[in-house]
Amino acid sequence: MDITRLIIVAVGGQGNLLSSKVLGEAACRLDVPVRMSEIHGMAQRGGVVESAMIFGDAQSTIISDGEADLFLAFEPLEALRALNRCNSKTIVITNTSKLPPFTAAIGKGAYPDIETIKKLIQSKVGQLITLDANALAREAGNELSVNMVLLGALIETNVLPITAESIHDAISETTKKAFVETNIKAVELGRSAVSGTI
Amino acid sequence: MHKLLVDQPGAKKFLLGNEAIARGAIEAGLAFATTYPGTPSSEISLNFFQIAQESDLYFEYSTNEKVALEVAAAAANAGVRSMCVMKHVGVNVAADALMTLAYVGVRGGLVILTADDPYMFSSQNEQDNRYYGKLSGLPILEPSSAEEAKEMMAYAFELSEQLAEPVILRTTTRLNHSTAPVVFGEMKKPVTFGDFPKDPFNYVTVPAVSRKLHIKLLKNLEKAEELACESAYNFIKGSGSWGIICNGVSYNYVTDAVRDLNIVDKVKILRVGFSHPMPKKLIQSFIKDCEKVLVVEEGEPFMEETVKAFAQEVQYTNTVMGKDSELFSRLFEFDPAMVRTNIAKYFGVPYEAKDLPDLSDIPELPQRPPTLCAGCSHRAVFYAVNEATEGTGSIRTTDIGCYTLGFLPPLSAGDFLICMGSSVSTGCGFSKTIDKKVISFIGDSTFFHSGIPGLVNAVFNNHDINLIILDNQITAMTGHQPHPGVDMKGMNYEGFSQISIESVVKGIGVEHISVIKPYNVKKSIAAIKEAIDHKGVSVIIAKQGCTLFERSLKKHVGKPFYVSDKCKNHRNCLNDLGCPAFYVEDEKVRINPTLCSGCSVCAQICPEHAILPLKS
Repeated sequence: MDITRLIIVAVGGQGNLLSSKVLGEAACRLDVPVRMSEIHGMAQRGGVVESAMIFGDAQSTIISDGEADLFLAFEPLEALRALNRCNSKTIVITNTSKLPPFTAAIGKGAYPDIETIKKLIQSKVGQLITLDANALAREAGNELSVNMVLLGALIETNVLPITAESIHDAISETTKKAFVETNIKAVELGRSAVSGTI
Repeated sequence: MHKLLVDQPGAKKFLLGNEAIARGAIEAGLAFATTYPGTPSSEISLNFFQIAQESDLYFEYSTNEKVALEVAAAAANAGVRSMCVMKHVGVNVAADALMTLAYVGVRGGLVILTADDPYMFSSQNEQDNRYYGKLSGLPILEPSSAEEAKEMMAYAFELSEQLAEPVILRTTTRLNHSTAPVVFGEMKKPVTFGDFPKDPFNYVTVPAVSRKLHIKLLKNLEKAEELACESAYNFIKGSGSWGIICNGVSYNYVTDAVRDLNIVDKVKILRVGFSHPMPKKLIQSFIKDCEKVLVVEEGEPFMEETVKAFAQEVQYTNTVMGKDSELFSRLFEFDPAMVRTNIAKYFGVPYEAKDLPDLSDIPELPQRPPTLCAGCSHRAVFYAVNEATEGTGSIRTTDIGCYTLGFLPPLSAGDFLICMGSSVSTGCGFSKTIDKKVISFIGDSTFFHSGIPGLVNAVFNNHDINLIILDNQITAMTGHQPHPGVDMKGMNYEGFSQISIESVVKGIGVEHISVIKPYNVKKSIAAIKEAIDHKGVSVIIAKQGCTLFERSLKKHVGKPFYVSDKCKNHRNCLNDLGCPAFYVEDEKVRINPTLCSGCSVCAQICPEHAILPLKS
């Protein structure tokens, strides 16, 4: 099977590890070969959390700079910071809702405005898709379902051989019972938010 | 039922490397496991802890790695299959036990897992623990993937029993924290109880006994080398004339690179999964018809040096390379493109690396370093220390845990750190040699791990230090594991005692002891001032549960605070505390109510009393 490489970046606490787990479980259900790598521990204390997922017949579990086919960012500043993971063909999806780091608050560096971020990303990659995942998560009924909104947007690109149905099943199995309905709603809101743009 | 206990041979599960290792051990009939938690190994023991609640498995969080290995060593000598799990630097702590346990050996299988951390994602060094195999004379196994790690566990126990000595299973972060589909196998029923027939002339390591045991160890090493040559974990793939020898995750990068470079028919790969003792005959026969050989291994040139020595013995004169300024580095971790590029370079394969995007027009971005959580009590303590010692230039020795992050500005609560427990003893050294106040920070779990001997030393030798024990009542950094000071009953675990840090400190004979509640800023500052003024050893115990843990248990539900109109923008809150719940909007400080835990520290230090609890 052809190899597709996906990188997900987020800020610790945004739930990207859960979304990559759901995606991996969905791939398993469909017998799509998948491997994933993530960093736990110190980085999770409010730092940047990155996971790499490789679909298809590869043995590696990590992705070198410039080699992501798909790039999903939970936070726009982190999308910009990790652009070295992309190339001129990469499809980039980013949340536009900002989570300014503490360093910006104490005046150590300025958070660029969102239009600048979009322009910079757009000029270097194959395609840029943006959505306000936090607003959609609120609409789904839980701000913490940002990860599921973005997961919905990701599968809507149809770059990965993963169906929405298998994502729903994986959510039912992997996430807490009380959140299943909200999470599925969040996935669907993410999907419809980007469906026209692809 | 725990997901790793499901008796469903053939079921395919998406498992973390560490979960696969735990499952592999359970399938192999593991009966007894010990650990001191440490990233990247922590999830292995976390799973054992959970499994032990609903099966015959005995599991314990031991006070440190040395204790963990000694406990497991005895269990294995009673004849039950045992495992001892730790991170790479943990083996340094356990090394005293390890070196002589290698002489004594085991009667039931004992697997010692060391999780190495190339690139130091969450460690203080990136030492290559394969050298512990060489140093101790014990076998080393190294899996390349989650599914192989699971399979290797059973082999490790069999090998340990066959050689009657412990086996070291060495992983790296990228294996521990990689996830892949893993197929469950049959579960062997564990033997949970055994016997220890007295045989002091083989088990009490006085010199006369040890001389005999060292002879036995060296004989075992020869036997192990034969087994390594036959082991299915040392396998050859392909039949070309370019030789690549690799191990661990490097094998994955090599396999992908050889395919990507379209040189599958030109290359043969020797994957070394049983890497100590190195399989001499196998390597000599592998290299003999190679035009040239490349050794691909993260870390030190452990295999490379041995391959070169083996090559010399058989007068193999073609090139063998690995670590080189033009090829692979000893530093950090490898990645697929790096391995691809170096293979192409070494064997002269045309290859153009992918163009990286030109990022020269990206402005400098504000950093997002890991930081203490909003409401973390360590922040409150560090603030109080900064206030109490203002202008004194005091030296702060720190230790390993979340609180290490306090070394960053604005808290700047850390000037020196080498290893677990070092805060106290390095504080002793500084106090005798510099003319500044010395304050040492240590966490509760780290205090039990290796801080106590340092404190005993400080009292005995009458050092002038102030030790602050940051007691957040859990091992927070590695994912909230218990330690001897934790109230296990309160968490609904039966069968444990609880050791009071205060009693330990009193028992050691510390003259000046105070217990503070860090969220009470004024009292904390006063107590710290008093302790520092005390000549000799003083100890402050700062007691406040980990806010992240308490929030996850829904125990601590403090009301979030907000910045009211009374704010005159002094920004003490922002500039002195560095709490991630603050942000600036329209030049005003604001508090993110979802992040704010309601610790109230900022409200106490605001000169205008402008920070107030949110109503509702």
